[in-house]
Amino acid sequence: MRHTISLMVENKFGVLSRISGLFSGRGYNIESLSVGETTDPNYSQMTIVTSGDDRIIEQITKQLNKLVDVIKVTDMTEFEHVEREMILIKVAPIQQKRTEVLELAGIFRGRVVDSSESTYTVEITGDEKKIEAFISLMRPMGIKELVRTGKVSIMREGLKKK
Amino acid sequence: MKISGAEIILESLKREGVKYIFGYPGGVVLNIFDVLYENTDLRLILTRHEQAAVHAADGYARATGKAGVALVTSGPGATNAVTGIATASMDSVPIVVLTGQVPTMLIGNDAFQEADIVGITRPCTKHNFLVKDVNDLAMTIKEAFHIATTGRPGPVLIDLPKDVTGGKTEFVWPEKVDLPGYKPKYEGNKWMINQAAALIEKSRKPVIVAGGGVIASGAYKELKELAEMTQIPVTTTLMGIGGFPGSHPLSLGMPGMHGTYYANRSIQDSDLLIAVGMRFDDRVTGKTDAFAPNASIIHIDIDPTSIKKNVRVDVPIVGDVKKVLTVLNKLLKTESKSQWKEIRKAWLKQIDDWKHERPLTYTYSDDVIKPQYVVEKIYELTKGDAIITTEVGQNQMWAAQFYKYDKPRTFISSGGLGTMGFGFPAAIGAQFAFPDKLVIDIAGDGSIQMNIQELATAVINKLPVKVAILNNRYLGMVRQWQELFYGGRYAHTQLNPLNMALDVVPDFVKVAEAYGAVGLRAEKPSEVEPLLKEAFKTKKTVFMDFIVDWKEKVYPMVPAGAPIDHMMFEEKEEKPAKKLKVVK
Ligand SMILES: Cc1ncc(C[n+]2csc(CCOP(=O)(O)OP(=O)(O)O)c2C)c(N)n1
Ligand SMILES: [Mg+2]
Repeated sequence: MRHTISLMVENKFGVLSRISGLFSGRGYNIESLSVGETTDPNYSQMTIVTSGDDRIIEQITKQLNKLVDVIKVTDMTEFEHVEREMILIKVAPIQQKRTEVLELAGIFRGRVVDSSESTYTVEITGDEKKIEAFISLMRPMGIKELVRTGKVSIMREGLKKK
Repeated sequence: MKISGAEIILESLKREGVKYIFGYPGGVVLNIFDVLYENTDLRLILTRHEQAAVHAADGYARATGKAGVALVTSGPGATNAVTGIATASMDSVPIVVLTGQVPTMLIGNDAFQEADIVGITRPCTKHNFLVKDVNDLAMTIKEAFHIATTGRPGPVLIDLPKDVTGGKTEFVWPEKVDLPGYKPKYEGNKWMINQAAALIEKSRKPVIVAGGGVIASGAYKELKELAEMTQIPVTTTLMGIGGFPGSHPLSLGMPGMHGTYYANRSIQDSDLLIAVGMRFDDRVTGKTDAFAPNASIIHIDIDPTSIKKNVRVDVPIVGDVKKVLTVLNKLLKTESKSQWKEIRKAWLKQIDDWKHERPLTYTYSDDVIKPQYVVEKIYELTKGDAIITTEVGQNQMWAAQFYKYDKPRTFISSGGLGTMGFGFPAAIGAQFAFPDKLVIDIAGDGSIQMNIQELATAVINKLPVKVAILNNRYLGMVRQWQELFYGGRYAHTQLNPLNMALDVVPDFVKVAEAYGAVGLRAEKPSEVEPLLKEAFKTKKTVFMDFIVDWKEKVYPMVPAGAPIDHMMFEEKEEKPAKKLKVVK
């Protein structure tokens, strides 16, 4: 099963490679990873999406906890939480489809951040379902390039355990 | 007053109580070597290879329980140290390794003798540091020792660029460390310990499997108390040897691939397995699905990742073994000793039958030296009062099987990584820690050649280290697998012709002599005892070359990946009755 794991880590060089090294060294996979500084510049927040059975997920969270530079590990999947990802997608629709792209972007509350004679670049933010839906709608339009931030995730207030 | 980074290192190491640094110099560590030039409270022991320096620090740590320290240069010095670091990591040994690094300005430039040792050792250290500012030095050293020696111990590496050791600042020794991401849990969960006590009271056929954690946490007494009080037999893994007295009536010897028949049978038949400071290595469990099939499992370990990694666990207890056992023993004290004896009667009788059915044996010979006989004689003559280190292979298994270790830290062996070449430098480290103790490396003819240059270190430092080479002219353990599983095709495992009339390479006696050590050789069983006596009498470094039966195999043996009760035994020869030696 897929799990979203949120990590508070020391904001030091080498920390990212300790974490990615742990995943590769033990044969766990990372589906997405995002990092950024927190309000306290000494710490960074990381969101990792990974998958595995219960035993593997338990090992992953324990192994992460064991790293000296990792302060806190939360398996967000166990809690009520909000997840978001942002993508930038560059499509090159044929002339007749150009307005359709704009309409769809509007429906998905996306923004066109760049346009050229033959392309639009659309920014979309949302949960996984929304992102996947938009990408599949764009596929027949001709996707030239797609970049994604990876998921970020935050707990809903009240820390309700599922 | 401002002092240099190198002086700060020296001061910090002294505050950590370091007496010896095992090391090897090079360009970027010259600042540090220079401050060691006239220093007498902190001695640098020059080895002849960086790997050996780290193994020596490791042997020192295993013998004492204190952190061992090694110091090597950048690039090749650091990469040479990696095997030593990985060895310590797999066996949870507290060492601090200081590596020189090119000046910070040059890092990343492929500078001369630059290696990204922090990157290289990330997966085989407990933690590592690159110090970029001389002001961070004292704190980093304090943190390194703290991390290495607390929780589940392990190696910590500190990479030291030359400009950092050359820079100057005020020396401030920190009062304490503050590592928000590092908080080992020592106290076991009370409720879980209660559960464990309840299971122990209910069980009829319990077994304790004790690992290296018992030794690391100093829980020898507590384990003995638990076993004796509740009359539960104890099997010690390779790393746990000495954690429970090997000559104790409740001792089952070692479990697993080369474990005793009765240890493996007891585990497989048990209704409760109490795993104490061990991690269910595959050499112990064999096929995990078939391991202890009828048992509930209590697992006590300080490292939460060890728990439920390989086998299912019913009662997980994360905590320090000594602390947890202390609480557990208190809970169990309510029952009287005679009650426990009564409860265990049938189970201990069953185990006794297994012990009689298949004891550890080998077939003695008057004509050719059996390697097991040498180990047995060493035990007899030392009465168990020695520190034994081992190399890797058959020698290691025989040293584990045919010598009884009654005290912790008297058996020193590379278990997890299985590093050939470990035993001799480790013996050197142990001898520095205990100059008056008899320290013996039980070695193979292959392994000893992997760090044989350390004869120089031993001789020059006047160390009375003894090396007993069980010379079977083969990479014996690999040959054993070839005999059993590859149709006897001994592909590249023969080190020397079997006919001793031919030149044997190397002549270990001559090698020893060339280094100024004593070299002795025995070719007949009758020569074994006199030779050992002679060796133990001298205060010099001694190599003993025992020409042993090359055909000997380590038994029992469980093929890799099979359930641990699928054991192979020595084929009994004709009329062995008289000569079959039974080891008590
Ligand atoms: C550094 C290293 N290389 C290879 C091995 C694989 N290996 C395990 S046992 C063994 C043979 C050891 O031979 P020897 O030291 O003569 O011991 P014996 O088994 O003959 O007692 C080998 C090659 C190892 N454990 N370590
Ligand atoms: Mg050999």
